[in-house]
Amino acid sequence: MSETQKLLTESAGRIFTDLCTRDRVEAAEAGTWPQELWQALADTGLTAAAVSEARHGAGAELPDLCALARVVGYHAAPVPLIETWLAEQMLAAADLQPIDGALAVGPVLRRDTLRLARQNGHWAVTGELKRIPWARNAAAIVLTAEADDGTRTVIVRDTKTIVEDWNYAREPRDTINLDRHRMSEDAVGAPGRGYGRAELFFRGALFRTQEMAGAMERVLELTVAYAKERIQFGRVIGKFQAVQQQIAALASQVAAGSAVAQAAAEANAAGLARFEIAAAKARIGEAVAVVAGVAHQVHAAMGFTHEHALHRSTRRLWAWRDEFGTETEWQAWVGTVAAQLGGEALWPYIVAARKPDLGAPLP
Amino acid sequence: MFTSFSLAGIEMPDHLERLREEVRAFLRAELEAGSYTREPSGWDRYDAAFSRKVADRGWIGMTWPRQYGGHERTSLERYVVTEELLAAGAPVRAHWLADRQFGPLLLAAGSEDQKRTYLPRIAAGECYVCVGMSEPDSGSDLASIRTKATKVEGGWRVSGRKVWTSYAHRAHLMNLFARTAAFDEKNRHEGVTQLIVDLDWPGITIKPIINLANDHDFNEVLFDDVFVPDDRVIGAVGNGWKQVSGELAHERAGSERWLNAYGVLVHLLDSAGTHPERGSAEKIGRLVTHLWTLHRMSFSLAGLLNQGITPAVEAALVKDLGNQFDQDIPEAARQVLQEEDRARLPEEDRFNDMLDRALLYAPSYPIRGGTREILRGIIARGLGLR
Ligand SMILES: Cc1cc2nc3c(=O)[nH]c(=O)nc-3n(C[C@H](O)[C@H](O)[C@H](O)COP(=O)(O)OP(=O)(O)OC[C@H]3O[C@@H](n4cnc5c(N)ncnc54)[C@H](O)[C@@H]3O)c2cc1C
Repeated sequence: MSETQKLLTESAGRIFTDLCTRDRVEAAEAGTWPQELWQALADTGLTAAAVSEARHGAGAELPDLCALARVVGYHAAPVPLIETWLAEQMLAAADLQPIDGALAVGPVLRRDTLRLARQNGHWAVTGELKRIPWARNAAAIVLTAEADDGTRTVIVRDTKTIVEDWNYAREPRDTINLDRHRMSEDAVGAPGRGYGRAELFFRGALFRTQEMAGAMERVLELTVAYAKERIQFGRVIGKFQAVQQQIAALASQVAAGSAVAQAAAEANAAGLARFEIAAAKARIGEAVAVVAGVAHQVHAAMGFTHEHALHRSTRRLWAWRDEFGTETEWQAWVGTVAAQLGGEALWPYIVAARKPDLGAPLP
Repeated sequence: MFTSFSLAGIEMPDHLERLREEVRAFLRAELEAGSYTREPSGWDRYDAAFSRKVADRGWIGMTWPRQYGGHERTSLERYVVTEELLAAGAPVRAHWLADRQFGPLLLAAGSEDQKRTYLPRIAAGECYVCVGMSEPDSGSDLASIRTKATKVEGGWRVSGRKVWTSYAHRAHLMNLFARTAAFDEKNRHEGVTQLIVDLDWPGITIKPIINLANDHDFNEVLFDDVFVPDDRVIGAVGNGWKQVSGELAHERAGSERWLNAYGVLVHLLDSAGTHPERGSAEKIGRLVTHLWTLHRMSFSLAGLLNQGITPAVEAALVKDLGNQFDQDIPEAARQVLQEEDRARLPEEDRFNDMLDRALLYAPSYPIRGGTREILRGIIARGLGLR
């Protein structure tokens, strides 16, 4: 871990330790915006971490943001940090000005599309976008829209048509319904600049992978601690071999998840590394079944209560493995790439530090 | 934050990339010259001529000191070379154990005389070693071995029975684990000694044990009052257990733990075509994500070993995941190309041969080199549960 990463993750870790308390996470899950936490993150520059120094942000690189995202996941922080970073990256790529406050992005579903067209002398967007993370709390929603002259990045600020919904972790995943929604000129980027939907999707998958790695580390920690503390038949349950074997299997999956998250973070230091993102999201998504499954088995009834902390991490793992591509979707994508490569070309591709982009379409 | 696993990333310096290229060029040339072909048994083939060629390139004993025939290269360089050889299915089994385990053991615990006698021959690709640990009544519980070495004038007299000894019928030497002191339940790990035995010595009988694939791969090795001179004791008498424990991270972390069935995946990709349907693409893709993950984890481990760190837990965990991968490949392959498809593959297509071998050998991987349960016990200990 680089010095910058150490500094960033430590300062984020301190804030989360203080402000991601159980009560606050529960309040957020019940619908209260965690203003105090967000403010603390803003004060230390973490909300603007993805904004370049030239644009008065912290100028963190993608691997640094990945390291931070892991901390977010570890603490189950109920804030749209990675969404805000994604939005800032989209704005920068589209030569639009950075925006203060919590931000949301979209479309996040591959089958959702937003259309942009000129009507009566102004821009207007139309489309129903589902499962937009944190839309209700966002100062602005940064979206990729399809216009006649190509893809453009647009900023939607004042949508009144949000239908609130939640994921398993009770994080906001809202529907926004835009019907010839009028846009000001400065809220529309140039054609062909900025991210397309696929790029947003890959980047979202990269960040979710990091959050999942953090959440898994937390689950392992909780599970080992519980196994050392809970006594049955006169001894701690961690002394039972059946329990040990299960936790070892969990640990192997967590180690694999951490390794791929780290690998994907590094690979993305020099431009978008699609293969690594796809493979990492697939591998870590697959790991969730064992990680969450064993953790709950070891915690037994206690882990099934609202009282216990475990579910705050496992519910996030269940939600995040489905967002920005499930493991089977990414497996199919990787399988398509491998089939294109053919047998003998696979190995050199797998071990190459920088892999050529084979341009496979999204799953 | 919880940092139980030290599997951080490592830089891939340019010279490692060049080394990979060098190995690939060598393999391409050998393939063209017909000195080996990709076979169902992959790298698990004895081929003395090929081992000597690998030695000529300086790829055996890579990390050892020059004075013993080594090449003083880093363990990362060794990792890259071995990984390339295994992935290509090059027949490197003959020198494998001597290079991976026996050489490093001698360097760590052997006498000067032993190092001088054996290491140069091993590095030349001319001396092959097998390991005699398991016995009929001692598998996972290695400390319970009964093969007995009794002190006599100038050496030891060994009697006992070893089983499952891979390639004893082809190797020159055995690294023999024998009891030199009576078993003591309170100090169960003491009194075991490692001895270097020439397999053609009088009193040694090697009998094949045919495995379920109908191959002769492992053996029963009987010792009937075999004389072993004192200078064949490795390290200290009674210290065998400690000596072997230090080697386990090296033994478990390498790519040989997940490149046993790889040939199936190579042939599957070719036989399944460039546009597999969705279900097949998922199954193939899953294998590929695991391959990429294991490569990454093993490579990180090699980086740690290179820094002199021996991450026993991480090594156990990579072996556990790797063993699973070797089993997952044939399972997925038989679902992508099902009986109906396989029956119609052209005559020259090797996929069926590859699958046969991988499927039949699949049960052996989570057994040899420490069973899955024993590995998970090690992981649990590392987590502080035992
Ligand atoms: C193909 C192959 C090649 C081999 N080559 C060699 C070789 O070259 N040299 C050599 O010395 N040996 C070799 N072996 C032997 C190998 O090391 C042993 O098979 C292995 O250590 C397990 O011993 P075992 O088969 O006696 O099983 P056992 O130890 O009898 O185990 C049987 C079952 O009980 C489980 N078990 C045992 N103890 C415990 C415990 N404490 N907790 C939980 N579960 C437990 C095991 O995990 C396993 O599932 C080879 C084996 C195979 C399959």
